[in-house]
Amino acid sequence: MKNEGEAAKRPDNTAFTQQRLPAWQPILSAGIVIPSFLLIGLAFIGIGIGLFLTSQTIQVWEMDYTGVEKDSPCFRCTILSNQNCTCEVIFSLSTLFTGPVFFYYGLSNYYQNFRKYGVSKDYYQLAGDTGYFKNPEAYCSPYAYDSKKNPIVPCGAIANSIFNDTFELYQIINGTKKQVPLDGKGISWWTDYNIKYRNPSPVNGSFAKSFDGTVKPINWPKPAYELDLTDPNNNGFLNQDFLVWMRRAALPQFRKLYRRITDGDYAAGLPAGNYSLKVHYNYPVLSFDGRKKVVFSNVSWMGGKNDFLGIAYLVVGSLCVIMSVVMLVVYAKFKFSDDDEAR
Amino acid sequence: CSALTAYLHLRQVFVPTESGQGSLTGVDSTLFSLSLSLSLSLPVRTVVSNLPFEDLKKREQPNRRYEGNAIKTNKYRLWSFIPMNLFEQFHRMANIYFVGLAILNFVPVVNAFQPEVALIPICVILALTTVKDGWEDFRRYQTDQQLNNTPCFIFNRKQMCFMERRWKDVRVGDFVRVLSNEIIPADILLLHTSDPDGVCHMETANLDGETSLKQRKVVPGFSTLVRALSVVCENPNNNLNLFKGYVERPDKRRTGFGIDSLLLRGCTVRNTDDAAGIVVYAGHETKSMLNNSGPRYKRSKIERKMNTDVLFCVVLLFFMCLIGALGTVQGTSLSIIQDALHADNGNYIPSVLAGFYMFFTMIILLQVMIPVSLYVSIELVKMVQIFFITQDVELYDEELDSRVQCRALNITEDLGQIQYIFSDKTGTLTENKMVFRRCSIMGTEYCHEENGAVGEFVSPYFLKQETVVVPDRKLMLEVDRQMASIQTGPYLDFFLALAICNTVLVSSVKTLADPFSTDEDESDGFHSSNVSDATGQKGISSERKVKSSPSGSEEVCYEAHSPDEAALIHAAKAYGFSMVERTPHYVTVKLPNEALLKFEVLDILTFDSTRRRMSIIVRHPHTKEITMYTKGADSAVMERLGNVFSVPVKTQKDLDMYARNGLRTLCFAKKVEVLEQEFRAWSAVRQEALSAMDEKEERLMETANFIESNFNLLGATGIEDRLQESVPETILALRRAGMQLWVLTGDKPETAINIAYSCKLLEHEDLFLYTNAVSVICQSVCKMRLEDTLGELRRSTLAPGADHQFRGYNSAFTGPLMEPSIGLVIDGPTLSMAMSDELVEQFVELCKHCRAVLCCRVTPLQKSAVVKLIRQKLRVMTLAVGDGANDVNMIQAADVGIGVSGQEGMQAVMASDFAITRFKHLQRLLLVHGHWCYSRLANMVIYFFYKNVAYVNLLFWYQFFCGFSATAMIDYWLMIFFNLFFTSAPPIMFGIMDKEVSDSTLLSLPELYKRGQHSEGYRRSTFWIAILDAFYQSLVCFFIPYWTYNGSDIGIFAFGTPMNTVSLFTIILHLAIEIKSWVSLLSASSLHKTMTKTSLSLLINI
Repeated sequence: MKNEGEAAKRPDNTAFTQQRLPAWQPILSAGIVIPSFLLIGLAFIGIGIGLFLTSQTIQVWEMDYTGVEKDSPCFRCTILSNQNCTCEVIFSLSTLFTGPVFFYYGLSNYYQNFRKYGVSKDYYQLAGDTGYFKNPEAYCSPYAYDSKKNPIVPCGAIANSIFNDTFELYQIINGTKKQVPLDGKGISWWTDYNIKYRNPSPVNGSFAKSFDGTVKPINWPKPAYELDLTDPNNNGFLNQDFLVWMRRAALPQFRKLYRRITDGDYAAGLPAGNYSLKVHYNYPVLSFDGRKKVVFSNVSWMGGKNDFLGIAYLVVGSLCVIMSVVMLVVYAKFKFSDDDEAR
Repeated sequence: CSALTAYLHLRQVFVPTESGQGSLTGVDSTLFSLSLSLSLSLPVRTVVSNLPFEDLKKREQPNRRYEGNAIKTNKYRLWSFIPMNLFEQFHRMANIYFVGLAILNFVPVVNAFQPEVALIPICVILALTTVKDGWEDFRRYQTDQQLNNTPCFIFNRKQMCFMERRWKDVRVGDFVRVLSNEIIPADILLLHTSDPDGVCHMETANLDGETSLKQRKVVPGFSTLVRALSVVCENPNNNLNLFKGYVERPDKRRTGFGIDSLLLRGCTVRNTDDAAGIVVYAGHETKSMLNNSGPRYKRSKIERKMNTDVLFCVVLLFFMCLIGALGTVQGTSLSIIQDALHADNGNYIPSVLAGFYMFFTMIILLQVMIPVSLYVSIELVKMVQIFFITQDVELYDEELDSRVQCRALNITEDLGQIQYIFSDKTGTLTENKMVFRRCSIMGTEYCHEENGAVGEFVSPYFLKQETVVVPDRKLMLEVDRQMASIQTGPYLDFFLALAICNTVLVSSVKTLADPFSTDEDESDGFHSSNVSDATGQKGISSERKVKSSPSGSEEVCYEAHSPDEAALIHAAKAYGFSMVERTPHYVTVKLPNEALLKFEVLDILTFDSTRRRMSIIVRHPHTKEITMYTKGADSAVMERLGNVFSVPVKTQKDLDMYARNGLRTLCFAKKVEVLEQEFRAWSAVRQEALSAMDEKEERLMETANFIESNFNLLGATGIEDRLQESVPETILALRRAGMQLWVLTGDKPETAINIAYSCKLLEHEDLFLYTNAVSVICQSVCKMRLEDTLGELRRSTLAPGADHQFRGYNSAFTGPLMEPSIGLVIDGPTLSMAMSDELVEQFVELCKHCRAVLCCRVTPLQKSAVVKLIRQKLRVMTLAVGDGANDVNMIQAADVGIGVSGQEGMQAVMASDFAITRFKHLQRLLLVHGHWCYSRLANMVIYFFYKNVAYVNLLFWYQFFCGFSATAMIDYWLMIFFNLFFTSAPPIMFGIMDKEVSDSTLLSLPELYKRGQHSEGYRRSTFWIAILDAFYQSLVCFFIPYWTYNGSDIGIFAFGTPMNTVSLFTIILHLAIEIKSWVSLLSASSLHKTMTKTSLSLLINI
């Protein structure tokens, strides 16, 4: 035992050891709580009004083209035997649809977030690593090899189930169809296009050669290196539609960006009038009671149309204001009676 | 060293002076011929000297089977560290849970995440624990190395002298020399000391914390031949007070020895220049190492409750997983594409089986539901809480230079939930610094008024002066008169008895700085067995050094084993009768006329708790007659008086008066002229009893009782034991805090009641029930009375204001208060009756109604029995506080044991969970620290449950929108980091630093303590409310983003990561609301976490 001095074991008399650190003890008195509730409520109401009004200005036009009803234009395409079926949906816009207009396709009751579906892809393949072209990862099973044991590239359920309906939009002017140019550039995530997904480097100058010894996914009509032969920057794994599809939707009811309408006469938006949408109907959804739709929408600073957020803000804000009023009443009542007692 | 000195050394050590020890050898050999027969049946160890075998190889050494002196307390070796440590860690449930989940992840059909990634949490936790364990173990290794390499002296035959070696080189059978103030390296049988009387003093502070010196003596008369020396002793055991064996000579003669010849490892040699002996136990087999048990483990109330709540969480998890599994069974057909995924290589998995698999997958997904990190966090928080308690400057005792000690590491929050306090009286409520206040000699009472006056005004800095007794003038005159005239008489006898009838050691002090550097001639011996035997009501007590005013040139220093003895010997000194020397065979007293009387001590009958008295038999130097002086408790002496005169009657009256004034009483008696032959006959019987192996205690008692009879009463003394400072205030505060206070004491009822009044335990207007053994002879009467009192009590509570009258020894008070507060006083024998099976219910019922209970004349065992009874019957949190060896049982029986490190040694402290120095510290310890620890920990535990449920439910709700496929919309890394980093520090800081109410408020309003008593901080309802709250918050956190994003093109992680952030902010904000006081550190930690979190989630969002 060391005995240095009289009080060797005396604890340090510091604010920390004596638990006397300067502390702020907020006391929730009426003077603080009621105004803060009121302020928070007012702020929320303000935000809510802003969001709601903005949401109201956003135009959305959507239409289910699955063809469940017999009189719907695409009903005939739901019969499975019908290969390469096309159908035409006629619609009209009563006012100008201000641009830029975003053209989405939507699916319902479609679980892209299903776990085994979600893991069914090979990151290495998609990053252009040809080493994995011959031996796809086990997660891809049962879409790793075809029946002849040939490896599938890109393997997995997500790639295999790519949405393959295509659309053409025409404006009907005086009975003649004028095609609306659709812009398919830059519709995927920047990181997906530039970082996550890479094409394999060409063998002997031929892009297709790098896919030698592999087969296309079972449901695909053509292999990955032929997705867009016109634009090499939109081909293979860097195909914009492919990238959009590969980024899985969070919820079973979702829409995905198909094209943007930004070019030519339609840069300012879609003028009022009649339109014809030509659908190349390939994607079967009725087997699992799914629905397909097309959506036209424009955006604002808050994104797409969403009334809920504004309403939620309004409700919470009003609740706060009401609570502050109630507390004020209660406070006034009891405070004054306390004062009476004090006197 | 030269050959000559070596030879001298050898002679000194191994050739004892036969003449000096001759007289004892005869007795001892008979004694140990008995133990020989015993030794045949018991396993023994035979130790022979290593010297003749020095040249032999290690394998041929005779003592090779005994352990060496190198110690190894580290658990692991370098090569086996990782596997051993992992093996130990897997004894914890939490780790098994983690590993189970990780393994589950490797099963392909049920895995939820990438198996490699799922290993991260368990790896992190295991690695952290491994690093911590490794570091601790390394520290142990370092201290071991330091100890093992401490130098010591071992005899070497070739060099013929003691060589400096290391502790680790010491082997059983080696001869080791220890110098003064050195630490003893192993258990050594003492064979030689530099002291002419063959004694050696050692301080056992390292062993039991007692700073008093223990005397050890050389084994009498062993063989001169080193070669044939063989020691037979018992096998290693952990009994510090028991050791026996014998030394066998070549001619088969045996000499016995006991614990008083054993130097214990870890103790320090004092007052002796050097001592040497043969090592009998080394290393881990030494008594001190065998006594080294690990830290105490108690499980606190909160932890017990928490464990059941963890089980609730498991049940909740089970149901959630079940819902997931059922959902899978219901909705397997989601889409053609996904249907195909259910097929395993074309084989379709039936939906029920898929659901079964999904159940386990869900467990993996929702594993965070079980707050595994909670246990680690609690350990951490308690560690810091203990740090804060020990750092409290208010609980620091300036005088003793000691802080509050926390010996149990995990029951800090129990301090905030105490409902019943059981307190010892002497030394706990009182100072246990005895002041000689009154005495009654031959029926005449002398009140030392001046003496009392001095006692009142001493400031703490002059406490040592308290023992200086100012003599009573009247008595002084009387003594002087007798001294001058007849040189004998009851007065002189009385003071002689005061001076010699004790076990006080005298040591002379030359300098104040070093009390131990005394010359051998001045240090004195006394029968060391007294020390080890002196357990009893008082227990072995700590040293009590008191410097008295010097009569000559040097100061005399008394080392008494109980404060009472010190007070008495100083009283005798004040009247001129000072003991100046004590050796095992003589005691010298200086008379007022400066004459020295050297009594030959024939025998000492030590104090024990059954006889309650001690005697010393001496031969008067002048008259040569054999006289016995006895002191003891009044009842123990009074019943054995010879011819009864009026003296005892008068003295008894004085004694009663002393007791009423709260003084501790002792009676002194003398038995003269024991005939020489009679004594010899008795002595022979006594020796036989001493050497007996069977029923030794009983036989010793018999012999003692035989000679202790037919006393002549000399007088009585009254010693005051003053109350500690602010005891009444503390008791009042504790009581206002809703705690029931019981005082359990071995003292007389009168003394106890007096103390109880003066410390406000009992109020004068209290109803006062008294039961004692005199009025309650048998059980049926006891039962009747208990029932009576209870009935009376029930009536009184029903009809307040009625006239209450209770029969009893003392007059009953009729409370003017509407609600009577009742004090119960009960004594030992009645207590044992009340606690018998058929009465115990009524007794407990009665106790529930009492505001204060005072148990007198209770034994240590009864103390613990009472604590256990109340703890079990009433299911309350109990706290026991005491200072002496007699409180150890009680301290161990209670939920929280508190030791007061005071005048009576360290046993109580050693057994306690917390050790304080003053009773008043209890107030701050319980009301402030107890409250803080409790509320902090309770809030933290609740918060942990809340945060995990709130977070995990996000994942659960998502299952309804991903087809019950166990998809996590939050990146797995974020999920791991949620518990490991994002939400770990803030609640821990919350548990450490939050301050609900300031300490001054807590002290001024003790009623606030009741919150903890009724467990209001953490109840089952609190838990469920927290869980419901968590469910609600997770619903909000999930469904607002859900409705916002439903139907949009949001990706999985783009949906999940903001949700994760929102939830995290909510969880931190919840904590912010819970926090009662914002310390900068706390807010910084939460802020920091949210910042890192946000930036990280932004990164991952890409």
